[in-house]
Amino acid sequence: MVTVRIPTPLRKYSDGNAEVVVEGDSVREAFAQLEQKCAGIRDKVFDDAGEIRRFINIFVNGEDVRYLQGPDTALNTGDELSIVPAIAGG
Amino acid sequence: MSKKDEWLSELRQRITEASPEEVKELLGNGNEVVVVDVREGDEYRQGHVPGAIHLPRGFLELQAETKLGDAREKKVVAYCAGGVRSLFAAETLGKMGFENVISMTGGFTRWKQNGHDFAVPEVLTDRERERYARHLTIDEVGEEGQIKLKKAKVLCIGAGGLGSPAAYYLAAAGIGTLGLIDYDVVDRSNLQRQILHTDDRVGELKTVSARQTLEAMNPDIKVVTYEERLSSENVDRLFADYDVILDGCDNFPTRYLVNDGCVKHSKPNVHGSIYRFEGQVTVFWPGEGPCYRCLYPAPPPPEMAPSCAEAGVLGVLPGVVGVLEAIEAIKLILGQGDLLVGRLLMYDALEVKFRELKVRRDPKCEYCSGGDFPGYVDYPAFCGV
Repeated sequence: MVTVRIPTPLRKYSDGNAEVVVEGDSVREAFAQLEQKCAGIRDKVFDDAGEIRRFINIFVNGEDVRYLQGPDTALNTGDELSIVPAIAGG
Repeated sequence: MSKKDEWLSELRQRITEASPEEVKELLGNGNEVVVVDVREGDEYRQGHVPGAIHLPRGFLELQAETKLGDAREKKVVAYCAGGVRSLFAAETLGKMGFENVISMTGGFTRWKQNGHDFAVPEVLTDRERERYARHLTIDEVGEEGQIKLKKAKVLCIGAGGLGSPAAYYLAAAGIGTLGLIDYDVVDRSNLQRQILHTDDRVGELKTVSARQTLEAMNPDIKVVTYEERLSSENVDRLFADYDVILDGCDNFPTRYLVNDGCVKHSKPNVHGSIYRFEGQVTVFWPGEGPCYRCLYPAPPPPEMAPSCAEAGVLGVLPGVVGVLEAIEAIKLILGQGDLLVGRLLMYDALEVKFRELKVRRDPKCEYCSGGDFPGYVDYPAFCGV
């Protein structure tokens, strides 16, 4: 069980929920399941080649997965996965 | 012989004294010598031995350990105006465990008469001392810190939601030069959050309105306004005079220009951004930590950014985020505390949660990893919030 933090700009895909709980042994698997619960969200985070988009970051327990194993980063029960998009408002 | 004279002559037998020339030699020999000025504040402000620590006798016992710290093993030279008060001070310091204290004969008066260098400290005016009284009584600011704030130049990008609270508090705190860039005019729909402006200034330039509010709050600072949109053409010129850049803009193209300008000129970029109930705050300090592009290498294309219609924000949110930016700017200038360098602070107002994420320097970052500066990019303007 992994908790995914949904940022405000993507909450339209999660029925307004700030957190969605999914199963998955890796970031990629977690997103496969997240997509089933929140249809359309995966394309907002990953590009066609399956890479994380350059204006979005995924953090696992506060660490950027780009400095771990990217989408293949392993997940354990209780991990918190945060989707953090660039926001520009001021 | 009076009791005082008896006491003094007894002190002179016990305490080592040195003439200004001997002290000068001691200082020049690469010795680790700590010089302590034990006179009152008004005497110190007239001039002092360069590098001397000001520790007036009235606070000697209370502050010696904080101000002199690890000087117990070093030579300490105490001086006053004429060489008498420093004898008493040397005795007190001896009792507090400073074993190697010398009193300078003839004090600062003779030091100056004999033509030695002296420094005149930058001081606050009486009016400033009154205004910043609550800063002067905390060690992390004090007179020295307040002078740093007075000499500091901070450039606020935008005088809107984030720029309003940030500039308001920076002005109140006594930032000596506050630059404001904004080309927009005040709209009534801004007033739900942009607290520098007022209803009767709808239609006026935001820079003019902001200056009016800030100068009314603190007439002792200098507010410099730029009625222009930040672009690749003017970023070098606008950033040149400033120590700290505070990003309070509302669009991606400007945020990337702010970042790239800060990387090019090695200036700290205090970053804040907001969306509805959520805010992000961090400090991008080229050379010290990651830059904006290490975190977000490129802006989203217009079709991926939230649309203009979604651009709502809770009016108080920029207040929280802008004030956090102002605090970081002030800490940066004072050199106090742990900055949000390499740390992205996320604030969710609905849940009342602050989360912190690690932001690392990207060794392959096109902008800050040390190669040739790739140049500015004028991204197409779109409503990205």
